[in-house]
Amino acid sequence: MDKNKNYLQGIKDGIPIAMGYFAVAFTLGIAAKNMGMTIAQSGLMSFMLHASAGQFAAMTVIAEQAGYIAMIGAMFVINIRYFLMSCALSQKLNPNTPLWQRMLMSYFVTDEIFGISVSVKGELNPFYPLGAMSVGSPAWLIGTMLGAAVGNILPLSLSSAFGVALYGMFIAVVIPPSRESKTIAIVVLVSMAASALSTVLPVLNTMSSGTKIIILTLIIASAAAIIRPVQPESLLSKEACEDVRQ
Amino acid sequence: MLDNNIYIYLLVASLTLYAIRALPLTFIKGEITNTFIYSFLYYVPYVTLSVMAFPAIITATSNLISGIAAFVVAVIVAYKDGNLFKVALASCIAVYITELLI
Repeated sequence: MDKNKNYLQGIKDGIPIAMGYFAVAFTLGIAAKNMGMTIAQSGLMSFMLHASAGQFAAMTVIAEQAGYIAMIGAMFVINIRYFLMSCALSQKLNPNTPLWQRMLMSYFVTDEIFGISVSVKGELNPFYPLGAMSVGSPAWLIGTMLGAAVGNILPLSLSSAFGVALYGMFIAVVIPPSRESKTIAIVVLVSMAASALSTVLPVLNTMSSGTKIIILTLIIASAAAIIRPVQPESLLSKEACEDVRQ
Repeated sequence: MLDNNIYIYLLVASLTLYAIRALPLTFIKGEITNTFIYSFLYYVPYVTLSVMAFPAIITATSNLISGIAAFVVAVIVAYKDGNLFKVALASCIAVYITELLI
């Protein structure tokens, strides 16, 4: 009905997201170049995956030639949050939303798109996230390719500095909620400690980092879920609050 | 430089990711009510991102001291201001300045 209105509003709200994507994708492109990908391959990866941490993990699996099963496992564990987000978004769609619209918007569920979509008042029109991603996706793709293109002409001091940007962003996602929740703070600390230990412990230190990520995530997240369960009732409100804060 | 199987790897990654995103939106109508599954899903991003960030951030630069500086600055800035872009930029600047000084 008001497809155009929602699409245009999506484009408007997608512009700041696209600017952020460009910067993140640029650092991903540098990492892709360092792992031996071509500019075209890095752009293809960004268009096929649309996931920052997920793409980083995918590059690791490819660089280590860890196998297709490891790729499925790594993608599943690292991106399982999208499953949770899609569950939340499915609650906001009109039940009569056509299948092709559901399938198309599924391709573009990212942290940021989830953040703006879940905070829409009332029902969610799929053309709103699609509008946002019609500016976000090109920025993601072009940013990655530029990073891969420019990455190797940067002086060592600058590429060394940009190399930590992605890790900085991971830290920026886990630290603020740790300030508000003691449980999350402990989960973050334990995860970092276990990750550091896994680089020196026998058996674990022979595994690829993709496999280590899967094993540590399964163990620590299960333990946290048993020791400190979270009640499902506040699915929408909780996620919405977190994203608004960011 | 990489083998041609990079395209198969990307296809496998893409299909897995799409399944994760599309299955709930196309099939699941009700809300998640199982507390364990919900809680597990809730904690997953924190564990995964922490494991990927540390100790990798410390070994990502051309020397260990600038890597440690990047980590410390990222944690402090993230604690004071959760903005992703600012935190990333601050840790980059920390590495650049540290490596100038050494």
